[in-house]
Amino acid sequence: MDRRQFLIVSATVGAGGIPNVNIKADATKEPKEFVGVLVDTTRCIGCRSCEVACSETHDNYVPDITKDNALEKIRDTSERQYTVVNRFMTEKGEVFVKKQCLHCWQPACAAACLVNAMLKTKEGPVTWDGDKCMGCRFCMISCPFDIPKFEYSGWNPRIMKCNMCYERLQEGKKPACVEACPADALMFGQKRELMEIARHRVYSHPDKYVHHIYGENEAGGTGWLYLSAVPFNQIGFRTDLGTTPYPEYTREFLISIPLIEFGVPAFLLALNMLTDRKDELREDRDWTERGADK
Amino acid sequence: MNTAAIATNEFVRFGKFFLQELKPRGKWLTPFNVISIPIILLGLFILYFRFTQGLGSVTNLSQKYPFGFWIGFDVMTGVALAGGAYVICFVVYVLRLEKYHSILKVTILNGLLAYVFYSGALLLDLGRPWHIINPIIGNSFGYNSVLFLVAWHFLLYTGALFLEFSPTIAEWAHWERLRRFLTSLTLGTVIVGITLSMLHQSGIGAMFLMAKPKIHPLWYSEYIPLLYFVSSIFGGLAMVIFEGTVSGKVFSNLIGRTSHHSHDEIVLGLAKGAAITMFVYYFFLAFIFMHGEKWTLLNGPWGYWYLIEVIGFVLIPCFMFAYGVRNKRLGVIKVAAVMTVLGVILNRQNVCLIAYNWYVPVADKYYPSWQEFVVTLMVVFVEVWVFRWVVTRMSVFSKD
Repeated sequence: MDRRQFLIVSATVGAGGIPNVNIKADATKEPKEFVGVLVDTTRCIGCRSCEVACSETHDNYVPDITKDNALEKIRDTSERQYTVVNRFMTEKGEVFVKKQCLHCWQPACAAACLVNAMLKTKEGPVTWDGDKCMGCRFCMISCPFDIPKFEYSGWNPRIMKCNMCYERLQEGKKPACVEACPADALMFGQKRELMEIARHRVYSHPDKYVHHIYGENEAGGTGWLYLSAVPFNQIGFRTDLGTTPYPEYTREFLISIPLIEFGVPAFLLALNMLTDRKDELREDRDWTERGADK
Repeated sequence: MNTAAIATNEFVRFGKFFLQELKPRGKWLTPFNVISIPIILLGLFILYFRFTQGLGSVTNLSQKYPFGFWIGFDVMTGVALAGGAYVICFVVYVLRLEKYHSILKVTILNGLLAYVFYSGALLLDLGRPWHIINPIIGNSFGYNSVLFLVAWHFLLYTGALFLEFSPTIAEWAHWERLRRFLTSLTLGTVIVGITLSMLHQSGIGAMFLMAKPKIHPLWYSEYIPLLYFVSSIFGGLAMVIFEGTVSGKVFSNLIGRTSHHSHDEIVLGLAKGAAITMFVYYFFLAFIFMHGEKWTLLNGPWGYWYLIEVIGFVLIPCFMFAYGVRNKRLGVIKVAAVMTVLGVILNRQNVCLIAYNWYVPVADKYYPSWQEFVVTLMVVFVEVWVFRWVVTRMSVFSKD
């Protein structure tokens, strides 16, 4: 589904909920595109400044990057850190890969959420709203990248994941990690521009990069894009996720609901009338009575 | 006397009557009470920690396993095994098979309590349970979520079951006019209830559709919703046979003689239904297996584990039901019912926990903590307590 279709669908769905939307005024506004970040893993030097900047911005656990030797093992993002940098030993030497939410174009987590706490904002970031979330953790089951994390300790737990610094974007700033990167490995922008830059890099240095941009089509396309010098399965990416947007997997089931909801009761009622033997018994009796007359 | 005064009088009368009925009857020191009371108290103690210090303090849930035993067993399995209520309602009200009328009320009561307690156990597992009203009051409807459908259908179906059972409550409270009115609603409620059941039983399966990359391909298919629906039919029937057998022993003084006798006939009928639906289910499994060309997956531990579930807990009990019906062997049928119930439990645990994230190292695998077991037992015991209270006071069992 491209952006145009996506907007049509979201507008149709949205129109049900908000009948007073001023469509004319919306149409005259400058059209917006989803934003994302291009990660060039060949440029990343593994300094982990992004981890620090991220945690400081979001009041999370700030790692001591000079002492903790965290690159020794492969880490996952956690309920304490929205982003982590991992080091992979590959055929082309060590490669550093930043991990965080990929901000899918059609996020499974948002489709899974029954209260719209996980939300694909119109700017592109996928955000979480603690006033709506009931903590069911269905987003965690659904996310193909295993990104949402849950605070298991504490009476009022939160779902923790990167929100692409949504608050900073609103102020016209870039995400904190992008701003903190000293190696120019992260580039913030609209996906269309980022794709052009990514393709340009791959085409002009065909032996430096593998000819694949991770996130272009994975799980229906993501906001964050990755360039790599080695095949992506060597640097911790799942390459078996397919290109179907994950909400598509539940589409047919959801469509069948109204069909069943209206069809089955009618069918059951018909079956109930069909099995009614009252008339049959009366007919029997009528027939016998008539027979008795003769 | 005006209406308000009559209503007040009636209210006071019912209040006194209710307090009277609340008092325990019979012996206190039964083996069941001796076992269940300490476990219920221990469960409450554990829940205190769960609600003050978080889920992590008492459960083994992790970032890799966000659904644990409380969801996988209490909610998912509990709801599947409560499927008997809609199946029996279908048979009695839609197909008008009067033979099963005598087990109708007790099956509906079992279903109602299962929904109240097992889907109610969801509240223990939610991180922010006080937000559970959000999908119900209209401030944030996630229409595109399967779970939204499941949540609403749980709620509506529990209401439907309550309405189906309400004539018995009205009869117990001596509200004759209300009882007649509630009885007149039954057919409509039953039809709505069956539809809601079809949708949420399959909806629980549909919850795993987006977990495609995480569930072992032997257990994942796009037909999970259909499989969950069909297995809730025979799982429900097996549970009705099992509960009927246990109730027949424990509450034999409450059950009339003739219905004791005809219960064997009912069990044979239920077993026939279970055998047929299980065979259909097995056929679906085989079809999905062959269509997906999964032969190579059978080699190895996961393949053997899958065969244990499908052959050992679907095909074998299916044939045992058929054999038991043909030769009128009730013992075989009862064993088959227990195996079928275990099979449904196993299937739900496989999809939700065991074959979920099957590729993670053994050290990262989830297994329930003892606290999770105790709380689950607590939920079951409280349900049995309420069941016992209701059947000893209202006319649930057939007295003929």
